[in-house]
Amino acid sequence: MATITYRDALNEALVEEMERDESVFLMGEEVAEYDGAYKVSKGLLDRFGDGRVVDSPISELGFAGLGVGAAMVGLRPVIEFMTFNFSFLALDAVINSAAKMHYMSGGQINIPLVFRGPTGAALQLSAQHSQSCETWYLHAPGVKVVTPATPADAKGLLKAAIRDGDPVAVMEGELLYNMKGEVPDVEDGDFVIPLGLADVKREGGDVSIITNGAMVHLALMAATKLEKEGIETEVLDLRSLRPLDVNAILATVQKTNRAVVLEEGWPYVGLGSTIVSIIQEEAFDDLDAPVLRVSQADVPMPYAKNLEQMAKPSIEGVMDACKKVLYL
Amino acid sequence: MADTKTRRKTDDKKGGTKTELEGFSREMLHCFLRQMLLYRRFEEKAEEAYAIGKIGGFCHLHIGQEAAAHGLAGPLRPDDYLLTSYRDHTQAIAKGVDPGPVMAELYGRKGGSVGGKGGSMHIFGVDVGFMGGHGIVGGQIPLATGMGWAIRYRKSDQICVCCLGDAAVNQGAFLESLNMAAIWKLPVIYVVENNEYGMGTAFSRVSAQPVFERAQGTGVPAHAVDGQDVLATWRLMERLVSEVRKGAGPQYVDCRTYRFRGHSMSDPVSGTYRSRQEVEGKKDTADPITILRDRLFDEKLLTQGELEEIDGEVREAIEEAVRFAEESPVPDAADLYTQTYSQINEHGRLFLDRDHGEHPSATLNT
Repeated sequence: MATITYRDALNEALVEEMERDESVFLMGEEVAEYDGAYKVSKGLLDRFGDGRVVDSPISELGFAGLGVGAAMVGLRPVIEFMTFNFSFLALDAVINSAAKMHYMSGGQINIPLVFRGPTGAALQLSAQHSQSCETWYLHAPGVKVVTPATPADAKGLLKAAIRDGDPVAVMEGELLYNMKGEVPDVEDGDFVIPLGLADVKREGGDVSIITNGAMVHLALMAATKLEKEGIETEVLDLRSLRPLDVNAILATVQKTNRAVVLEEGWPYVGLGSTIVSIIQEEAFDDLDAPVLRVSQADVPMPYAKNLEQMAKPSIEGVMDACKKVLYL
Repeated sequence: MADTKTRRKTDDKKGGTKTELEGFSREMLHCFLRQMLLYRRFEEKAEEAYAIGKIGGFCHLHIGQEAAAHGLAGPLRPDDYLLTSYRDHTQAIAKGVDPGPVMAELYGRKGGSVGGKGGSMHIFGVDVGFMGGHGIVGGQIPLATGMGWAIRYRKSDQICVCCLGDAAVNQGAFLESLNMAAIWKLPVIYVVENNEYGMGTAFSRVSAQPVFERAQGTGVPAHAVDGQDVLATWRLMERLVSEVRKGAGPQYVDCRTYRFRGHSMSDPVSGTYRSRQEVEGKKDTADPITILRDRLFDEKLLTQGELEEIDGEVREAIEEAVRFAEESPVPDAADLYTQTYSQINEHGRLFLDRDHGEHPSATLNT
C-alpha cells in the first residue's frame, strides 16, 4: 500500500488507462499546459503529448459534444469539466446525446465516455460554484454516476468508469483532492473497483448513515462523536449512485433498523428521497423509525461564512438525526 | 410537385443522342434523377401514411430539398460519416440506408432502422456511415466535430459531413464547433441546408447577417451553392470532399434550398410566415427534380419513355418499402428496457423501477 492524495490517485488512474488503451484521451479546460485546474492531470501532457491531452477552449457544450461524437465512433474520451457547475452549459450533449444515443440508435452506437471533475461545495465560493450536481446526471437513464470518497475509491472507480461501455460521470469531491489515503501499489497489479458496489466505511449496530462522496467524511466524524455517547453507527458509502447497490442499502437497514440518509445536495427530488423511497418500498418491515434525511439547506449556497456553515450539512445535524431515529 | 409529364414538347426520336453533361455521364444523370424521385416519392408516401395515422409524432419532410440530399451524401464513401438534424429520412437513404427500414421506423416497427425506438427524427445506419438524425436544433454539430476529431486521432482519411438547418447557425454549439474544428483542422464539412426558415420564422428576421457570412471569424472557409441544382451541389461537394480528405481542414457550405412543405407535418405549408404565392412560385421555378428533368430533356439526355421507366422503378421501390413497414411487427414489450445501457454492470441496479430483488414487498411493483 502506498499513501497518496486523492488527486494523485486520479492521476495514476488516468496514466494507467491511457497506457493501457490508446483510444483513451483527456480533453478539457486547462488540462494540458496548466496541469489541470486542480492538478489532476499533472505531467500527462509530457507523457502522452498534445494529441491525447488536449486543452479545449472554454466551450463546455462544444467539447462535451465533441467527446460524445468521438465516443460514437469508438474512442474513449475522458472529458474534464473544471467543475460540474460548468457542465450545465453542456447538458444537451450529456442528457440528449450521450445518455440517449444507445437507445435511440437501437443499440447501433454506444458511448464509452467519462465526464469527470469536482462537484459539491467548496469554501465560500457561493451560489454558482458550490453545489452538488449529482441529481441532474442521475435523473437520466443512460448515464452512470460514481462519487469516490477516498483516494483508493477515486483510483479504482475512475479506472472502471474509463473501461465501461456507457457514459459515466465521475464526480469528485472538490475538498477531497488533498486528502491522503492508502491505495494499492501499482506493482501489485490492476486495481479496479467495479461500479455498483457500496462500501461499509464503518461498522455499527445502532443506526445507519447512508451517504456518498465528500459527505462520507462528515458521517465518519459524526459517528466518532456518537460513539462517545454510546451510539454505534454504521456508515455506508454508496460510492456508485447508478448502478446503485440496493442490496447494501437493504442489508444495513436490516442490520440496524434505523437509517439517516445524508446527501450534499438539495432535498427536493434528490438522491436522498430516492433512497428513502427504496427503503420504504423494500425494507418497510425492518424499520423501527422513519428514515430521516440530512441535506444542504434548500437555498442557493450563500457566501458569508456563517450562512454557508448553516447551509451545509453539519456534524451536529447528522448527530441529531441519528438520535432522532433512535428516539433519544 | 415534380411531375413526370413533360411541360414542353419533346421528340422521343431525337432524344438520347448526347452522352454527357458537365462531365456527368448519361447513366449518372439518370441516377441523380432516379434518386431524387425516390426521395420525393418516399416523402409523399410518408405524408399519406401520416395523414391516416400510420405514422405518429413529429415528421419533417424533405420535399423540395432533394438535390441537397443527393448532392451532399452522394460524393461520400460508405465509411465517411454523415449526420443531420431531424429532417433525416432522405439523407439516410442517400447515405445508403434502405428505404424499407426507414419507412418501418416511421411506422414504429421492429424492422425499423433502430427497431422502432427512434421514429422519424432518429434514423441511424452506422454500417453505411449514417450517424443519425438528431432532434435538438444544432445538437449534432458538436457530435460531428467529435467524429472529425476521432478521424484525425486515428490518422484516417475518412471525412465527416454535418448537415444543419439555417436556424442552427444561431445556436452556440455552431460557433463552438467551428472554432474547435478550425484550431485542430478537423476533416468536417458543415453544410447548412438553408431553406430560409427556422420552423415559421424567416432566417433574416432573427439573424443580423446572412447564412454565408456566419462562419466568418471562425477561420473556416465558406462556400455557397445553388442547392436546387443537384449537379452544382454534387460538384462542389466532390471537390470539397477531395480537398478535406487531403487535409484542407474544415469547410462551411451555404447550400441554398427551399422547403415545399411545412416545418413538420403538424405545421402549415404557408400562412402567417410565408405566403402561398411564395411557395407556389418556388415550386414553379425551383423544384430540383423539374430543373434536372427539363435540363436533360433540353440536352437530349432523357426521353419521356426513360422518365416514365425511372418513375415506375421508383414507385415500385416505395411500394416495397411500405410493404416492408406494414409487414414488420411492432416491437416486443421486452424491448422497452433493452439498449438503455450497452453494459449491464454485474453489481447494483441501473433501473429503479424493476428488478426489485427478492424482498416480499417487491411484489407490490411487479
